[in-house]
Amino acid sequence: MFVLQASPLPGGADLLPPGDLACGGVVVFEGRVRDHNEGRAVTALEYEAYEALAQAEGERILAEAAQRFGPVRVAAAHRQGLLQLGEAAVVVVAASAHRQEAFAACRWVIDAIKERLPVWKREHYVDGTRAWVACGCHHHGPEAP
Amino acid sequence: MKVTVRYFAQLRDAAGTGSEQVEGDFRTPADLWTHLCARHVFPLGAADLRVSVNARYVPFEAPLGEGDEVAFIPPVSGG
Repeated sequence: MFVLQASPLPGGADLLPPGDLACGGVVVFEGRVRDHNEGRAVTALEYEAYEALAQAEGERILAEAAQRFGPVRVAAAHRQGLLQLGEAAVVVVAASAHRQEAFAACRWVIDAIKERLPVWKREHYVDGTRAWVACGCHHHGPEAP
Repeated sequence: MKVTVRYFAQLRDAAGTGSEQVEGDFRTPADLWTHLCARHVFPLGAADLRVSVNARYVPFEAPLGEGDEVAFIPPVSGG
């Protein structure tokens, strides 16, 4: 299940309820709005999404993860609109029989989201200015958020 | 051919709109981008962008069809 929404995101347990008793290892990654970026104090973040493509691409990412990591259940949610510091911008949950596959799938999904999901972040600074954030995420792994 | 172009982030700021109908003699997103660059001053070039047609990423040389929704995707920064 992939969710894109303007309201606060569900936590991992709500996004992927315990239903499959074969899954003993569950990994949740949550990316939260932090108060600084590249030396500047950040007061809030705004996310703009291309909804139709984000929904479709989010579902493709989860389907690919299920293919790639075998018997693993994955779900993810991304926020859009204006977020305050500390709020979750993205949540990824992966569950598998054992922890290794769950960690691997969770990491792969958050990396794919940062690489492919059509979502753009605009930072609001203390001095009242705003700027689109240049993507520095392609090859650096899950520097969150 | 007539298509709908969607703009996001820096491209939306540059175009001054989130969406516009464009009519012209273009067959691929690459042609369309050249056409759009004559109408707007964009801060990004084709090498910085991905393109989607009808909510699916496609190559810049993919064929366009009448009524397609085309978006040029600036570098993403979700997560």
